[in-house]
Amino acid sequence: MFTLKDLPVEEYFLPGNAACPGCAAVLSIRIALKVLGAKTMVVIPACCSSIIQGYYPKTASKVTLINTAFAATAAMASGMLAGLEMKGKQGVNVLGWAGDGGTADIGIQALSGAAERNENFIYVCYDNEAYMNTGTQGSSTTPKGAITTTTVCGKAERKKDVPEIMIAHNIPYVATACAAYPLDFAAKLKKAMGIKGLKYIHLLSPCPPGWRFPAEKTVEVGKLAVSTGAWILYEWEGGKYTLTGLSKGLLEKEKRKPIKEYLSTQGRFRQVGEDAANALQDDVDSIWEKMKKRLDEQEREQRQP
Amino acid sequence: MKAKVAISKASEGASGLTGMWRVKKPIIDPAKCTKCNLCWLYCPEGAIARGRQNEVCIVYDYCKGCGICAEVCPAKAISIVKEV
Amino acid sequence: MIIVTGNHAVSYGVKAARAEVVAAYPITPQTQIIEKLAELIQRGEMKAKYLRVDSEHSAMSACIGAEACGARSFTATSSHGLAYMSEMVFWAGLGRFPVVMAVVSRTLAPPWSIWNEHSDILAQRDSGWLIMMCESAQEAHDTAIQSFRIAEDERVLQPVMFGLDAFSLSHTAENVELVEQSVADGFLPPLDPKKLPVFLDTDCPITFGNMLGPDKMMEFRHIIKEALDKAKPVVEEVARGFSKATGRPQVGLIERYRSSDAEVIVIAAGASSGDAKDAVDSLRDRGIRAGMVRLKSIRPFPGDEMKAAVGSAKAIAVVDRDYSFGLGGVIACEAGAYIGERLRSYIAGIGGRDITVEDFQGIMLETLQKAEGKDAGYRSETWWGLKELE
Repeated sequence: MFTLKDLPVEEYFLPGNAACPGCAAVLSIRIALKVLGAKTMVVIPACCSSIIQGYYPKTASKVTLINTAFAATAAMASGMLAGLEMKGKQGVNVLGWAGDGGTADIGIQALSGAAERNENFIYVCYDNEAYMNTGTQGSSTTPKGAITTTTVCGKAERKKDVPEIMIAHNIPYVATACAAYPLDFAAKLKKAMGIKGLKYIHLLSPCPPGWRFPAEKTVEVGKLAVSTGAWILYEWEGGKYTLTGLSKGLLEKEKRKPIKEYLSTQGRFRQVGEDAANALQDDVDSIWEKMKKRLDEQEREQRQP
Repeated sequence: MKAKVAISKASEGASGLTGMWRVKKPIIDPAKCTKCNLCWLYCPEGAIARGRQNEVCIVYDYCKGCGICAEVCPAKAISIVKEV
Repeated sequence: MIIVTGNHAVSYGVKAARAEVVAAYPITPQTQIIEKLAELIQRGEMKAKYLRVDSEHSAMSACIGAEACGARSFTATSSHGLAYMSEMVFWAGLGRFPVVMAVVSRTLAPPWSIWNEHSDILAQRDSGWLIMMCESAQEAHDTAIQSFRIAEDERVLQPVMFGLDAFSLSHTAENVELVEQSVADGFLPPLDPKKLPVFLDTDCPITFGNMLGPDKMMEFRHIIKEALDKAKPVVEEVARGFSKATGRPQVGLIERYRSSDAEVIVIAAGASSGDAKDAVDSLRDRGIRAGMVRLKSIRPFPGDEMKAAVGSAKAIAVVDRDYSFGLGGVIACEAGAYIGERLRSYIAGIGGRDITVEDFQGIMLETLQKAEGKDAGYRSETWWGLKELE
């Protein structure tokens, strides 16, 4: 159990950076670096976080940070690990910190390669569900129905399930997280630090300007994503799924808030009509049904001698 | 030593005094504050300083006025006023 | 002395140079370079890490990451691999990561072709890398080792790529004298990470690569310009030092072959230079004062050195096994900046077509005949041996 008091007071990502007011990504990197500490090297591709650092000669990061090209996060991290190993440097946390574009789209090749080689680093995808840094274009993790500048009538396709892709690679640890639950995220990072191999955490990162909600509602929107079941908090290790946080209590449909409560908070869903909203509700429910079946099956297997 | 490449060094205010971005300003009422530190936890900027007795105060040089602190405060100890 | 292909000569050179991280992706005709390295590393004969990456783009990204952590890094590629890698080639050059790369120069597609052409490597010439072209397997072996020395030199600190002609060099076996490890160690000290422009060390945290405005970018690019300028004497110095260490003559920026009194000179780069030299000898036997200037260095471009080497020769043929559509042969255009109206441009060997000794003779004779004519300079471009398509 990770509590607030477990987080050091020291800031490793300094205030006065270039993040938008209410940005969940900067909140999350602030938390992540508190968990990982000073002996960390962060690799950041082109994404909001490249800009959030601020302009040369300053950087908001108190830890070692190297920027890289959009597609290259996992490959650069792999090279760094090889270099550190050859130089006999031990105990350095290497963190890949990439947006959804740099993870699910242009970055997926390098990520898949690193997963196949089971490279020993933590990869966090902070998913604000569009190419936010370049002004809110659709990505493969943009949810169905969301408006972006390249899905002007609302996205027709479903959100790409990247955590499942990483599970299919059979790496030691896959988890989802949400910026609105920083202690759940912190606990998962702490756990990941103790595991050897590739650890993947997919963090939902609500974005006020991109999702179209007021800056003060970031945490509320994040919490609604989880309480409506639109986003599931879980871990996957060695073939076993475990729900975490609020998601633990949401297996029954009546425990979940209706998806409309989540959609209505964000301007990007303004074109989702009654029928579309019902369809989205069905989507969420069927994903939970699938999860429920999985967990039931797991439980049965455990009980068998 | 002449620079070889552009190396950046850690600094508060990497984007300047971002407190100037504010249109709304959060004010903590110390009488109502229970020192739960949730505002400190949730401030995206890290612009809330936390003291040894868990007392909190807002660093106005950098606070961007997002208002998350007021939203998450369980004691409703933070009010949002218009920035003048 | 062993008999090895150009590719394997490179592998053994990289081994002698004690490269620490090899991150690479296969592509014909360089694959044997990395296969041999994988074998040496995975059988414990070479102390290094072999990163079996998912693409050439990832290969260069990994090399940059490894170099940034203080490890000497190497990769190899060709043609489309190099083109795919291009984004990160620029990243290494502009970021000043002194990675070393072998490029087996091969035609770009479509249509597919595995055969020799220099267009792939020349397309990277704006990237801030040093670029060299090798003539023989021995030179490829020697250049592999020298490249690390040049790249890591404090006056340079830029990445270095060296080219081998596809098949005619990469797959051709020659007698090669392998540099002994003790000699290589004496010549090439271990990489000192403190000298790297970008060195990641958690004891001294930095950020590299974040935004930099128009107010400062020119100055940082100028540093790279200065590094490439300063690289010229370093290339010569390293060649001399290597020659002393091995007892073998080495070429620095350019090689002069019977050029000092020549009336007709051919300028070329890469493995075909051997055939050009044979053509020179053949013409000399016939009483024609022929000569050859081989450009070993493409970047930095040895314009002054080349100009001095061609002396007062009035007939100069530049043979390009490459082409820049919309302008002309790359070397002819770049040489033209130094020797202007005197040169005739010949485009040959495109798509891997042989440039024979007879071709070089023919080119030199024609150049001699047409010297000082009204169509000299790169505007005189001739596609040698161009046939009619059916």
